[in-house]
Amino acid sequence: MNDIMHQAALDIPLDERSRYLRKMAVKTLESGKRAHLGSAMSIMEIIRVLYDDFLQYDVSNLNNPNRDRFILSKGHGCLAQYVVLADKGFFDNKELLKFCHEDSILGGHPEYGKIPGVEASTGALGHGMPIGVGMALAAKLQKRKSRVAVIVGDGETNEGSIWEAAMSAAKHKLSNLTVFIDYNKIQSYGFVSEVLNPEPIADKWTSFGFAVKEINGHDVNELKKQLSKLPYRNQKPTAFICHTIKGKGFPFAENDPTWHHKSNLSDADIQKMYDSI
Amino acid sequence: MVYELAQKDERVLFIGSDLGPGVLDDFKKNIPERFFMEGIAEQHIIGMAAGLAFDGFIPYVNTIAVFLTRRCFEQLALDLCLHDLPVKLIGNGGGLVYAPLGPTHQAIEDIGILRTLPNMTIVAPCDAEEMKRLIVASLQWPHPMYIRLAKGSDSIVSKPELGFEIGKGIQLKPTGEVLFVTTGITTQRALNAAKILVDEEIKCGVFHMHTIKPFDHEGLMQAAESAELIVTIEEHVLNGGLGSAVLEVFSDRGIIKKVVRLGIPDVFSEKYGSQDILMESFGLDSETIIEMVRLRL
Repeated sequence: MNDIMHQAALDIPLDERSRYLRKMAVKTLESGKRAHLGSAMSIMEIIRVLYDDFLQYDVSNLNNPNRDRFILSKGHGCLAQYVVLADKGFFDNKELLKFCHEDSILGGHPEYGKIPGVEASTGALGHGMPIGVGMALAAKLQKRKSRVAVIVGDGETNEGSIWEAAMSAAKHKLSNLTVFIDYNKIQSYGFVSEVLNPEPIADKWTSFGFAVKEINGHDVNELKKQLSKLPYRNQKPTAFICHTIKGKGFPFAENDPTWHHKSNLSDADIQKMYDSI
Repeated sequence: MVYELAQKDERVLFIGSDLGPGVLDDFKKNIPERFFMEGIAEQHIIGMAAGLAFDGFIPYVNTIAVFLTRRCFEQLALDLCLHDLPVKLIGNGGGLVYAPLGPTHQAIEDIGILRTLPNMTIVAPCDAEEMKRLIVASLQWPHPMYIRLAKGSDSIVSKPELGFEIGKGIQLKPTGEVLFVTTGITTQRALNAAKILVDEEIKCGVFHMHTIKPFDHEGLMQAAESAELIVTIEEHVLNGGLGSAVLEVFSDRGIIKKVVRLGIPDVFSEKYGSQDILMESFGLDSETIIEMVRLRL
């Protein structure tokens, strides 16, 4: 099953919008000369579909209490979120060109209070889900229809706090909470199956009380279709096991653990990225 | 006390981990939607409290002090302090209260580690009456706050007529040639010592610093001005606690004062017994305080 899903994620071509967002990402990291490229490219389509087709928000009224919340718990994948936020008008595209500069609002991990649209500062792993549970609970208590979406990394699920939060989400029947597990199968040191195997991943989330669906995390149409069905169960939070490819869209980086994070990117590296798109 | 707050203010909610049976039953019965017992999951509880606070709630989180500080330090730093959210942490058994349970349950470095966190407020009331005043004041405090609880049956020495303001020390006894600077229940120890030393014609003042962060620099400077000897007394390791904060104030202002710090040395406790026995073994009883004054004045 995993092999088939993984191959499908590898094989699916990227459409024009996905390639456009990747071009923006390369421009962004070109100015910072560093990024978690692999970690950001595996979640690009998930974030794109969330902001294009799912999340309810108004860039002219960011504090609207009825808005949906999105938390990128794997904050190191922020390059994908930055380009989508800029593209959707949360801030000026020019900010991307200051990525990781001294006076930039955009650092190597997303910060609440600095970046319009970022709901919580993340970067240390295992924090976004507990915060997301709190936000989903707050929406229920305040009888708001706000939904909460959280992206966690597959490596991030090594953290015990993820499972503490999962138990709590099920206990409180948070059907307004959706967790996307970015199952790109690679963490910093290497393959998750070797570092700390998350399998049986779908069974785990099911047993923790989630409605679980495995999908191709780069299939835009499939993502849209499944998100339109939420919540799957009225009394349960949802977990999408998103089969994704680390570095998707950049063949030289795909499935290569060394592209988890790179600093001191050379002009040749950047050119190679542009050439790939 | 949190129940009374919750009755008056719909933003207040209670989150416990796995407290004893019957804790806050009235709260649970009458306001069940704002009462949470979330299990032994302190990292999650702090993050969840942050998420609720983002949307306007004021969570009061309660569990044993060591688990509320050691276990989830990163969550305190990032989820609460980095976002500067008004979550209130009530730590049961601050200091050596859980003496018989051993070092796993003794919160002896809680103040020191939390002092290092920007936006964190730290308060250690000296008795149950002061705790009541603190809880009322805490509701409007817009930052994360750690409240270090004692066992709850300590003698009442705080005085309502002296008021209570977060971040403002209270001069419980006017400064003499000696000034005791205290926090939590070391205030009672100091008052006892001061009473006995009067008979030896040694006048000792007591400056009770219920709030260790933000630290009342001005209040301390005024209280300490005429004292020949300052004695800081804390139920906490000497690294990074009240005594360190006092030395920092003097050092930063270039003021040379004779300061003696009494507290727990750089060790874990090796004995059980009771809070009083352990405090005595670490020299935090009135007799040792008196001896130290006689020796150093």
